[in-house]
Parts: sequence; structure tokens; C-alpha cells
Amino acid sequence: MSGAPDRVPHAKPALTFSGTAASPGYAEGPVRRLDTKASHYERKASPAEEAEALKAAIETSAERLAVLASRSAGEAADMLEFQMAMLADDSLFGPALDAVANGTAADEAWSAALRAEISGYETADDEYFRARAADLKDIRQQVLDVLGSAGSRDAPAGAILVGDDIAPTRFLATDWSHGGGIALTSGSSASHVAMLARSRGVPMVVGLGPLPADFDGVALLDAEHGRLLLGAEHEAAELFRTSADAFAAGRRKAEAHLHRPAVTADGTPVTMLVNVADPEDVDAIDIATCDGVGLMRTEFLFGKAGGLPDEETQYRAYRRVLEWAKGKPVTIRTVDAGGDKPVAGFTVEETNPFLGLRGIRLALARHDVFRIQIRALLRAAVHGNLKVMFPMIAVADEYQRAKAMFAEEAVRLTEIGIPFAMPPLGIMVEVPSVAVAPELFSDAAFFSIGSNDLTQYVMAAARDNASVAALNAVTNPAVLRLIAAVARFGRDNDIAVSLCGDAGGDPGAIPHLLKAGLRDLSVASAQLASAKAAVAAARV
Amino acid sequence: MSATASAKVEITHAVGLHARPSVKFTKLAKTFPASVEMALAEAGPWIDAKSIVKVMAAKAPKGTTLYLRASGDGGAEAVDALVALVTRDFDEVGEGEAHVRSA
Repeated sequence: MSGAPDRVPHAKPALTFSGTAASPGYAEGPVRRLDTKASHYERKASPAEEAEALKAAIETSAERLAVLASRSAGEAADMLEFQMAMLADDSLFGPALDAVANGTAADEAWSAALRAEISGYETADDEYFRARAADLKDIRQQVLDVLGSAGSRDAPAGAILVGDDIAPTRFLATDWSHGGGIALTSGSSASHVAMLARSRGVPMVVGLGPLPADFDGVALLDAEHGRLLLGAEHEAAELFRTSADAFAAGRRKAEAHLHRPAVTADGTPVTMLVNVADPEDVDAIDIATCDGVGLMRTEFLFGKAGGLPDEETQYRAYRRVLEWAKGKPVTIRTVDAGGDKPVAGFTVEETNPFLGLRGIRLALARHDVFRIQIRALLRAAVHGNLKVMFPMIAVADEYQRAKAMFAEEAVRLTEIGIPFAMPPLGIMVEVPSVAVAPELFSDAAFFSIGSNDLTQYVMAAARDNASVAALNAVTNPAVLRLIAAVARFGRDNDIAVSLCGDAGGDPGAIPHLLKAGLRDLSVASAQLASAKAAVAAARV
Repeated sequence: MSATASAKVEITHAVGLHARPSVKFTKLAKTFPASVEMALAEAGPWIDAKSIVKVMAAKAPKGTTLYLRASGDGGAEAVDALVALVTRDFDEVGEGEAHVRSA
């Protein structure tokens, strides 16, 4: 993680430091220290004047935060509102004013009051709360800057800001339009700044370890691999610039495609949906860039400490995604535990879990658990365009039984007067028996091809076993022929067919999937842009 | 003259009582004239529910049971409103009302 410099015997000392990439990208520019400027505070004549100075500094800091907040939105606005609330709280400035009344200087009193709070966060068990220490340090520094009449906090355009950590307000006050980046000796990828940096595309590396204090030249920040190179003449500079150009070109190309509809080079439109593993994922996705959710997994609800999720927890999670989708379709898959996804208190120990009690088989064996999920889905369906699909269907009877349970729970909700809607019920096509004989499942509302499992079952090669990885290929003619047959059956019988496995986001596989007749792909949101680019380059 | 109201409620929000929920929680508490306190155990220690500094410092993770008590004007309303806010997951699920409508 952190690093001693790899010193290379060379005319110029070439220093490379390794850390963790917190926001990907590349930056080259002058180093600007975040922590050298100690603001100088002049003591006042009396405790009363010290108190006035401290109150005035807090007030000025609050006003500056309000200005920043008025220009910010989302995550940044929330963070600034939090800081404003902290600054306005007499639990924070009260002890400082008490110390001032007893003769302590305003800057010392303020630092001491904040020190106690900061150390409380630094020792927290939970990473989220630990990361809040940076917010408290930010608040401390803002007031100290006003007290010491420190000058502008602006850095030169395109600078690499280097320090132990960076204050969120410092990040927001910096003009990133001319490039630049952040290199931290400590820091956290869970910090507010890291979140802001990712959303603004500012390169950032954390955990670099001690850096030479006297360096003031040009630095090269590689926030794709988590490295900082000191010196423009660094022996790896040429390689750095090549990588930076490739990264920028890739990002530009992908960005250009992200906001366009997906259409092949010969004019065939393709529906592009996203896969969602956790409701919080959708906060980072612009619904305008996709056609909806092709697969929302529900296992995240089942893997948590505290046991299996209750109906209310599930209802809220489903509803959140449905409301985010603003009427676009959201396909939620009923719990797909088992196989490589064990759940305490639900799945069973098996010698061959991929061929055992998993997916719909387990759900049908555990009515108690499945009925809770069904009720939550029926209730959530009122709040958007919901579709529900069952995983690991092998025979038509499984689909009929699951469908009957939906009907039974709908009757119960009617009886107790709770609003609900019956969503279209479809199936995953991932067991070869379905792909070979799709006509046995023609009463399903839709098909969604799970290419990961379909491939591993057709090829008898596990996807998590490196020694047979070459066999696990969706582009094998046998797998593609099955996919094409399912797509054709769907077209001939008016059953929508989509694909939601990893292959849907794989630029190498996409032309083959389109040739096989698929026109609906659901991909991880991080791959949406590159998948759209691959569609645009394909001909069908 | 000052009635005391109390309640307990479990935090189900994914992260716990973190920055944004704490801001909402303390802002709501401040709208009541009553003195409002919270604790992570029935025996205390009790802290001022109107102080963001104190509420954040409690570092209440998901699954924590929050104890609330209030005395003075509007105490019962304050406790009810705060319990409702926590039960609604601090309105972080979706915008607008989060109540279950009955048919």
C-alpha cells in the first residue's frame, strides 16, 4: 500500500511512490503542498477581544460555506450542510469560548476543542465514521485561516495537490477545469473528497506514505495504477504519458457514447439496460443514459448480518430503484442464493452447490422466505414499471409454482387492503434445458438469458476456476447457437428476450450477441459507455 | 408541569446515523421547544438530540436501537416525529412521502 521510494541509480533521482487509486485518471503538473502554510495569529489584548475574534471567524467561515453550498449540489451540498450544522453547534464552539474566557488564545482554544472531536472519529471502528475526521479537520482549518487572515487557498491551475489529507472545502474551492490531481500520504477512498473526485473525474491517489518534504518540481500522478512519480524527467515519464493519452482517449470515446442511444453502425437500435446489485448503486447512474434496469439482484438483502430481510426492508429497497427509474422498466430477480452465493440461515451445505439447491429451487423449498419477498415485490410494483424474473428455472413446473405463489399473495394483500400490482413474471434462461426447449416455457412473460451460468453449464467449465477459464467462453458456437435459438423463438412468439450476463458488457462478445439476434442487453453500469461504443461499431 | 415522553426505535438506514441523517435528525429536534435527548442504551449516557456534534459523535451504526426522551412543551410530539423520521429511514429511500398508503 504505502511506500519507501524505489531508488534507481540514475543521474537524476527518480522517485516513485505507490498508494491506492481513489479516483482514476492521470495528471501532470507542479506540486502544491497542502500543509506548509501555517496561518499566523496575532494575540488580542483581552479575553473579550479573543472571544470576539473567534466568534467573527466562525461566522465568516459559515458565510463562506454558505457561498460554496449555493454553488453545489448532491453529495457536495450535503457535505457542506453538515459542516455548517457542525459550525453552528454550541457543543463545538462552547468549550472553545470557555477556554478563551480563561485566558487561552482564540486559535489554540479552537484547535483544542476540535482536537478532542477529531480523535474521537479517528479511533472509530467504522470506516465511514473514521473518514469524518477529515470533515472536522476541514472545519478547524477554515476557522484558523480566517483567524490568521491566511491568503487565498487557490492553487495554480493544473497543480498536483500533495499533503496528508485534503479538506472537502479545499477541493470544492479549487478550479479543476485545467486538470490537476490529488496525491495524499494518508487519506481514504471512503472520504467525501474521494467521492467528489470520482464524480468530477479528478485523479486522486491515497496512502502514498511519507514523501520527500523538499520536493517542489513537477509530479506525474497515475491514478489508474495508484502511483506518484516525482520529476518531469522521470525515467517512466514517457510510458506515463502514453498511458495518460490512452486513458483520456478511452474516456472521451466512452463519454461520447454514454449519452447517445445505442445504435449499430448499420442503424439497428439496441436497448441498453443496467445491472444493479444494491439500491445505492443507482445514485451514481444517470437514468437518462440507459433504458432501465435489466437485472436487479436481491442477494445483497440476504447477505447481511442480522439475518434474513423483512418485508418492509425489501419493499423500500425495490421501491427506491423503481422510483429512480422514472417509469422505465426495472426487472428484479427473486433471490438467487446458493451456488457461489451462500446465505447463512438460508442456503444448505452441498458437495456440488452449482448443481444443487440454488435459485428458484431453494426459494420453492423455503416458502417462508420466498413469500416475504413476493409480498414486498407486489407492493413495490405500485411505484413503477416492475418486472419480476425467476433464476435457475429448469422445468416449467417451477415457473407455474412460483407464479401461483404470486397469485396467492396477491389475494392476501387484497384481503387486508394493502395496495399492490401484479408485475409481468418472466424467467432466466441459464439452465440448458430451457435454452434447448424454450417452447415448454411459452407462458413466461419474458426471457432473460443469464450468459454466465448458461455458458458454464453448456461448457461444463466453472467461471471461477482459472484452470478451465479458456473453456468458459460465451462465444463458443454451441453457446451462441443456443442464444440464437432462444432469440428466434422469442421473436416468433412475441416473448421479449434480453441478456444480462457479463457477456452483455464485453465489447468482444457484443457483435456475436447482436448477430445471434439479441437487441436487449443489460450491463454493469461501469461498462455502459464502452458497451454502447461496441454496439455503435458493430454491424448486424 | 413538564410531561416526559420516551420511545425506542431501531436504525435501519444502511450506514447508520451518518452525516446526512444526523443533519435531518437534529434539525427536526430543534423545531420543538422541548428538551430532547437520545441514548444508545436505556441506561444512557443521554445526549442532546439537538446537537449535531453530539449525535454524530455517538457513531450509531445500522441496527442500533435508539432511545429517545423529551420533557417540556411538545415533548410527546418531538419523540413521535423523531421516531417517524428514523422509521422512514430519514426519507433517504425516495423523495416525498414514504408511508404505506392503505387502500
